[in-house]
Amino acid sequence: MSFEYLKFGKEEKDFIEKIEEISGQNVYSCYQCGKCSAGCAFSGSMDKTVNQLIHLIQLGQKRKVLDSNTQWVCASCLTCSVRCPREIDVAALMEAVREYQFREEPEKIVISKIPKEAYDKLPNIALVSNFRKKTG
Amino acid sequence: MKIGVYVCECGSNIASTVDVEDIVERAKDFPNVEVSRVYKYMCSDPGQELIKKDIEEKGLDKVVVAACSPRMHEPTFRAVLEDKGLNPYVLEIVNIREQVSWVHDNKEEGTEKAAALLKAAVLRTALMEPLEKKKVGVNHKALVIGGGIAGIQAALDLADMGFKTTLVEKTSSIGGKMAQMDKTFPTLDCSQCILSPKMVDVSRHPNIELLTLSEIVEVDGYVGNFKVKIKKNPRYVIEEKCTMCDDCVPVCPVIKHDDYNQGFAPQKAIYISYPQAVPASYVIDPDYCLGIDPLICAKCRDVCGPEAIDFDMQPEIIEDVFGAVVIATGYETYPIENIGEYGYGTIPDVISGLDFERIISSGGPTGGKILRPSDGTVPKTVVFIHCAGSRDPSKHLPYCSKVCCMYSTKHALQYKHVVHDGTAINFYIDIRTAGKDYEEFYQRAAEEDHVVYIRGKVSEVFQDGDKLLIKGADTLTGETVELHADLVVLATGLIPSKGTLEMASMFNVSIGMNGFIREAHPKLKPVDTAIAGVFAAGTVTGPKDIPETVSNASGAASRAAGILSQDELEIEGTVATVDESLCRGCGMCVEACPYSAIELIAVNKYGHTMQVASVNEALCKGCGSCAAACLNSAINQLGYTDSQILALIGALGEN
Repeated sequence: MSFEYLKFGKEEKDFIEKIEEISGQNVYSCYQCGKCSAGCAFSGSMDKTVNQLIHLIQLGQKRKVLDSNTQWVCASCLTCSVRCPREIDVAALMEAVREYQFREEPEKIVISKIPKEAYDKLPNIALVSNFRKKTG
Repeated sequence: MKIGVYVCECGSNIASTVDVEDIVERAKDFPNVEVSRVYKYMCSDPGQELIKKDIEEKGLDKVVVAACSPRMHEPTFRAVLEDKGLNPYVLEIVNIREQVSWVHDNKEEGTEKAAALLKAAVLRTALMEPLEKKKVGVNHKALVIGGGIAGIQAALDLADMGFKTTLVEKTSSIGGKMAQMDKTFPTLDCSQCILSPKMVDVSRHPNIELLTLSEIVEVDGYVGNFKVKIKKNPRYVIEEKCTMCDDCVPVCPVIKHDDYNQGFAPQKAIYISYPQAVPASYVIDPDYCLGIDPLICAKCRDVCGPEAIDFDMQPEIIEDVFGAVVIATGYETYPIENIGEYGYGTIPDVISGLDFERIISSGGPTGGKILRPSDGTVPKTVVFIHCAGSRDPSKHLPYCSKVCCMYSTKHALQYKHVVHDGTAINFYIDIRTAGKDYEEFYQRAAEEDHVVYIRGKVSEVFQDGDKLLIKGADTLTGETVELHADLVVLATGLIPSKGTLEMASMFNVSIGMNGFIREAHPKLKPVDTAIAGVFAAGTVTGPKDIPETVSNASGAASRAAGILSQDELEIEGTVATVDESLCRGCGMCVEACPYSAIELIAVNKYGHTMQVASVNEALCKGCGSCAAACLNSAINQLGYTDSQILALIGALGEN
């Protein structure tokens, strides 16, 4: 297995701060108990569990976070947010990751150009995030 | 002779594996048994009443109780006998719980074994004789060994209770490891600021005699009467005359490493460890000083205005008698150079937790600036490796050192408070924050100071140019990780100090598997040792944080006071006794005794001076080693005489 090189430079810090700014959450509050992942109805469909995604945010691993499908599988049911012992609004963090991605690539989805037949396959949450990408 | 037999069910503890009704019935046919009864909880008040009533009404003269271990309730039932005017030593306890019901699951076998043990006990009891409890006088002075926070607290508590207390410290100042620390978790109190008032209290207390540069060289005696020889090494500076003016230091030509600063600072051969040191006096290190032979160098003596320097001081031997002893000789840090893969000792920027305490201390070698040892630059990324030595039974220490999670968290937080834009990363196995306000402290480090925690142990640290390359794992993401850092701090584990091991052997105190002193009971007698009158305070019994050490020391002081406050102590009647007419003075028993309780004395026998064994009853613990070793059966163990033991074996042999 190759070694993942950890860096704690400006790029990593900027990413963490932006996620914190959008979500209003302190990502360092997470102590990795895994209750969010354990209660998530869709953990089985995620390539990284919810707590792993938060841990990667703590480490500033932007590429890994954005390449993950976790935030897109999230349905914002808020079970994680309600149950988090550290009072982190985990769903808000997931939403922040989605919005970060849309803000980085604003033209990735243009709602008006989405073909009608694609609507059925598209996660609703992606549409919501897309609407919100210019809100703050 | 009338013997009463009482069998306890202990709820279902005994009754589920032993047919108690059956053995009670069988006991009725054993010789001399007047009455045999069963009860659910014999140790309860109604259970005890049952025995008392029978003693009164049936005129019992001996009692056998079949229940739990005599360690639990022997005192309870002895008190029952005493209450009714019987000698407490004509009681026999048969342990049918720990030795029968708890270790067997077949009820038939359990019942047979219990019945056999009970019969053997009844036969032995018939031969029992009343014994007398002896009394010894108590010296009211206390000895506390070790001047760290545990010893300081124990000495102050004992002195405040009015007992004359001698505090013995090996180094030139009291204060111990706590004096080396910068701040304390979880409140971030300055360690020196909370410690030094207690140190000053010790120096001023009218009931405390402080002996620094001193060590215990010989111990003799027993509870209430420990005869101790203390060697006081010369300071070469007269404490009362030294004014701490510091004139001697600039003129001293010798430079050595400063141990108080973990070797990171230079020190002269005449020095004071730190400004708050107690006693407040300089000291000369004879291993480095040239002037112990003043013909070579006497520069400090020449400049000393108050004439405090005396090269002719000699070691003194102080002999004294103490009623109780508190061992508070503390811990040392694990020699982390043993963990070759972390590079301590070969890579200058890999340091220990205690090294970091000195580096971050405003009274330390860098004046509170965090500078790395190799080039004096400010480290921008610091990696803290937890469990350096701890939780590694295959090569290092099997146990958790308890304080490292917290002190590494404290170090990371302190680092971030000084280097705001720096990165502090903790590699941990588990985070253990079991203490008041500790979890909150850990959460604060993460939330407010953005200390990063990565779950996984570092495998190796390499020097890579002027940086350090760390290879580790992140077990939460399942990835192996590597990163560059400027400084690595190892969360060094705790081991018993050399002094602790020396004291354990001198006082015959047993030590546990990990080398720390073993408590008399890990839960219910945490500050007692197996030796009466010898108590243990602080980290001598295992890793502890400061609050636990202090309360432990106060506990030891109060247990010691329990002895010191009495004029005489009762000692057990079950001691060894010598039949001088049979003893031929061979001395085998002297060799066999683990408590040095037997010596050979000269007596006049048949008109000749002959040697015979003599037992010091205050020292004898009644273990029976001498009785077993004696070739001539000249020594008998009262309460366990040869004839009683043979009766017991005979009964068991019948089965």
